[in-house]
Amino acid sequence: MKKIRLDMVFSQSSDVVSREIDGSLIIVPLTSGVGDMEDDLFSMNETGTEIWRMLDGRRTLGEIVETLTGKYRAERGEIERDVIGIVKELIKRRMLVEETA
Amino acid sequence: MTDRLYTQKGDGPPDDRLDIELTERCNNACIHCCINRPAGDRRIRTRELGTESWKDILRQAAGMGIMTVRFTGGEPLLRDDFSELYVYARRLGLRVMLFTNARLITPQIAGLLAEIPPLEAVEVSVYGMRRKSYEAVTGKAGSYDEFRRGLQCLIDRKIPFVVKGAMLPPNKEEWDEFEAWAAANPCMEGPPACTLFLELRGRRDSATRNNRIRRLRIPPEECLGFLTRDTDRYRKEMAEFFGKFSSTPDDRLFTCGIGPGCVDAYGLFQPCLSLRHPDLTFDLKKGTLKEAVDSLLPRLRDMKATNASYLERCARCFLRGFCDQCPAKSWAEHGTLDTPVEYFCGVAHAQARFLGLIGNNERAWEVRNNRQRINNLRRREGVS
Repeated sequence: MKKIRLDMVFSQSSDVVSREIDGSLIIVPLTSGVGDMEDDLFSMNETGTEIWRMLDGRRTLGEIVETLTGKYRAERGEIERDVIGIVKELIKRRMLVEETA
Repeated sequence: MTDRLYTQKGDGPPDDRLDIELTERCNNACIHCCINRPAGDRRIRTRELGTESWKDILRQAAGMGIMTVRFTGGEPLLRDDFSELYVYARRLGLRVMLFTNARLITPQIAGLLAEIPPLEAVEVSVYGMRRKSYEAVTGKAGSYDEFRRGLQCLIDRKIPFVVKGAMLPPNKEEWDEFEAWAAANPCMEGPPACTLFLELRGRRDSATRNNRIRRLRIPPEECLGFLTRDTDRYRKEMAEFFGKFSSTPDDRLFTCGIGPGCVDAYGLFQPCLSLRHPDLTFDLKKGTLKEAVDSLLPRLRDMKATNASYLERCARCFLRGFCDQCPAKSWAEHGTLDTPVEYFCGVAHAQARFLGLIGNNERAWEVRNNRQRINNLRRREGVS
């Protein structure tokens, strides 16, 4: 997988639909090859949802990390690892697309 | 920041489902069917909900957190707007269960299901392994070849599907062959589901057809023979079942958990696919899906039986959780919600006798030490 850098920008893939149910965000695959029969739903907690919403095709990952650092009492390095981790997972599942300048 | 930002399926919301009966019309005329109307019935067709009304209901369902809709019928693919409604549901993030006889599955429909997968295996009803038996059930010449072509379209596009059947006089000798054929399908988890206990017409619309369905019913002792083909497995499963689901009987009418809820072809919300009592529906042209769910379902939970025969028998019977008797079956059979249905009672008693839960001349509602008998069964079968 391509190395994820903080200056990268991602947007939500049109191959998925996100739904908010009972406070959790559920990402449902729309097209073939995203998820599979055994593991087709992907749900996020409150913080994951916040990250998902900021993956809007405009903000860099660095800006997302910055926003979260101002909000949560956690080390910036830990937040960076979390954001990059979830982005990697979402790319693996074809739920995010990279925006190129 | 947090331990887990995301989780897999299983930690998500409850998988609520809504049944969507897109049409009662069907291109088959199955001898045993409890709902079908002719495919070309224009009067019925004009009464059916239109595309925009269905989209509105699907939007409401998604808004309520429902995860899965079951498109059924009749034959749902008879609707000209099937593809449009399917894509709409999927774009709302709904998973779609499709119940079909596969006759109308074309390369185009299979292509759509391949491009935008339903996220649930398509469920295909199979009426026989040969043209003669299949068409003796469906009553339609050419239906067998169309079904095989439709199924092949699913196979060609690698669409996950499962098969199920109804055991009927024209096909019952083929059942072992059907199971062996079904076992070769990698999507099947165990033997195909079998409709063994036929239901009468839910709309109570034809005494002639109901009489025919009654004649097609397999007698309780013969049902038992089929159910107990693998005796050890049957006994063990039943011992586990009784351990989990037996409860003290009472006069509540609905003991099934009620739901998941169904919208019929004309926009009436009803508790389930089978129950079509006109007083137990909510017209979605006059209110929302949420209002229907909030007003109708709690009312059902409080409903009590009043029929003396039901109170004497079903309301005291420890086989109740095991018997197919329910308000829907009572309605179809007798036009009331709480009249015992002798056929289902006979089937439940035949099984209970086989399991040693009741003696030859005993009636289950007269048994007082049922807990002890269930424990004995569980002990015999080594179920803890």
